[in-house]
Amino acid sequence: MNFETIVGLEVHVELKTDTKIFSPAPAHFGAAPNMNIHPTDLAYPGTLPTMNKQAIDFGMKASMALNCDVARVMNFDRKHYFYPDNPKAYQVSQDDRPVGANGWIEIEVDGYKKKIRIERVHLEEDAGKLTHSDNGYSLVDLNRQGTPLIEIVTEADIRTPNEAYAFLEKLKAIIQYTGVSDVRMEEGSLRCDANISLRPYGQDEFGTKTELKNLNSFNFVRRGIANEVERQEKLLLSGEKIVQQTRRYDEATGQTVLMRIKGSANDYRFINDPDLPEIVIDEDWIERVRAEIPELPDARKNRYVSELDLPAYDAHVLTLTKEMSDFFDETVKAGADAKLASNWLMGGVSEYLNAEGKELKETPITPAGLASLVKLISDGTISSKIAKKVFKELAENGGDAAVIVKEKGLVQISDEGTLRKVISEILDANEQSIEDYKNGKDRAVGFLVGQVMKATKGQANPPLVNKLLLEEISKR
Amino acid sequence: MSNFTKEDIQYYANFARIDMPDAEAEKYATRLDTLLEFSDRLKELDTTDVEPMTHPLAIVNVLREDTPEDILNRDEMLKSVEDHEDGLIKVPNILD
Repeated sequence: MNFETIVGLEVHVELKTDTKIFSPAPAHFGAAPNMNIHPTDLAYPGTLPTMNKQAIDFGMKASMALNCDVARVMNFDRKHYFYPDNPKAYQVSQDDRPVGANGWIEIEVDGYKKKIRIERVHLEEDAGKLTHSDNGYSLVDLNRQGTPLIEIVTEADIRTPNEAYAFLEKLKAIIQYTGVSDVRMEEGSLRCDANISLRPYGQDEFGTKTELKNLNSFNFVRRGIANEVERQEKLLLSGEKIVQQTRRYDEATGQTVLMRIKGSANDYRFINDPDLPEIVIDEDWIERVRAEIPELPDARKNRYVSELDLPAYDAHVLTLTKEMSDFFDETVKAGADAKLASNWLMGGVSEYLNAEGKELKETPITPAGLASLVKLISDGTISSKIAKKVFKELAENGGDAAVIVKEKGLVQISDEGTLRKVISEILDANEQSIEDYKNGKDRAVGFLVGQVMKATKGQANPPLVNKLLLEEISKR
Repeated sequence: MSNFTKEDIQYYANFARIDMPDAEAEKYATRLDTLLEFSDRLKELDTTDVEPMTHPLAIVNVLREDTPEDILNRDEMLKSVEDHEDGLIKVPNILD
């Protein structure tokens, strides 16, 4: 029997506000333990939560960017549970009136396009962080308690691990463009759980699902889903039933491990939070937030393809992060050829960033600097080989490529007279190669070109060297 | 008509970490039944055209600007916990 994979994702995104969602304590990653706490975060007697306006704006902005309807009236609810990561014993969340609903994003994967529907986007507070030790106790840091989150819940529209990966990549790009979050999985500002079930092809009802947690990278999401599908398939084929439960992905073994059997939603005993009045959102508020949304990845991608003639692949890679895409736009605006600029950003620049473990903004490279380099290549002033040397200088010390080339005397030699002189000398010294070439060994030319480049310290114009070399050989 | 069982009461008591011996659970089961019967009468009201109400007061949009303010002094805060280590609160190990 063949089964269809059904996946829905729940993605938590930490919002980049300066303060927590219901208290004025700072909300920043990386502070010393328990330093960013307000009495409200601990539900001390007599405290009252107050709603952070920026968190609502961010929730609305993300909802709009994900094509959701934005709530006109919303409220907050308490979700009760006992766990030391939250001293209030309830998480403030949104139950039946979330900030956003009925959205979608389009993904492109394995050669097809598909819309993944988003059921809801709701605002809530994050919990503290627990570190478990093996000697009988856990350590609690409540800095994160009360940090604003949005939870994005998809419909069960995802059918393959690759679709889940593509969805997350796209979601991350969109959220990052809106500026409401850093969406860094390694810092926990983006977290993902997957609900996974199988059903025989042709069956309408969904099978029993399991929830998969501890997915710490997009690759682990992809592998975790694939592994869980395999596990469920084996059970179903041997006539067993799937038990609704929460499972954890183990990075070391690549397997999923049982965490707990899931309770029902009633156990959370949702109630309206009586301390937080309703939020009423009017047209003006919506329009003000909408005006702050920048051009999103898909729009940019289309612009790169239709206006700048970039291949779809380039457009996709360049728009994965706003930083890269902004940098590209600025480079083109500074006069660089679009395709050459794209090649450099996806090639030399990315290689450098990966090797150094840096981000663009941490280097002295500027769009104007890259544009100056690209222009020198376009007009033949420097060869691509020299360009690599110049780029290294740009990447380490910044500046303008034209100045670097002038100062270091790296201008490409395109003067025919100068080159013919060098070529003659090389040919005089390598008569065997001329013989070889005349006997049909084409690669002898490659050797001779190499000698010329060496003699000119890589500054000779390669196509011109090729042309002149053949002319000079034919004269002999 | 009895709705709540002793087990129900103990199930919910566990959520609130309240110790609930059998005898007490049976007592609460009966009492909660009475309350439930009373609240069931509210269901007889026709609420077709009534907007859901989440708050008794008609206050909306109580909002705060995103500006950090004074926070708790950590040493003060840690005085109110049973045990701590290196600025972290120590609690009995709870494995998920």
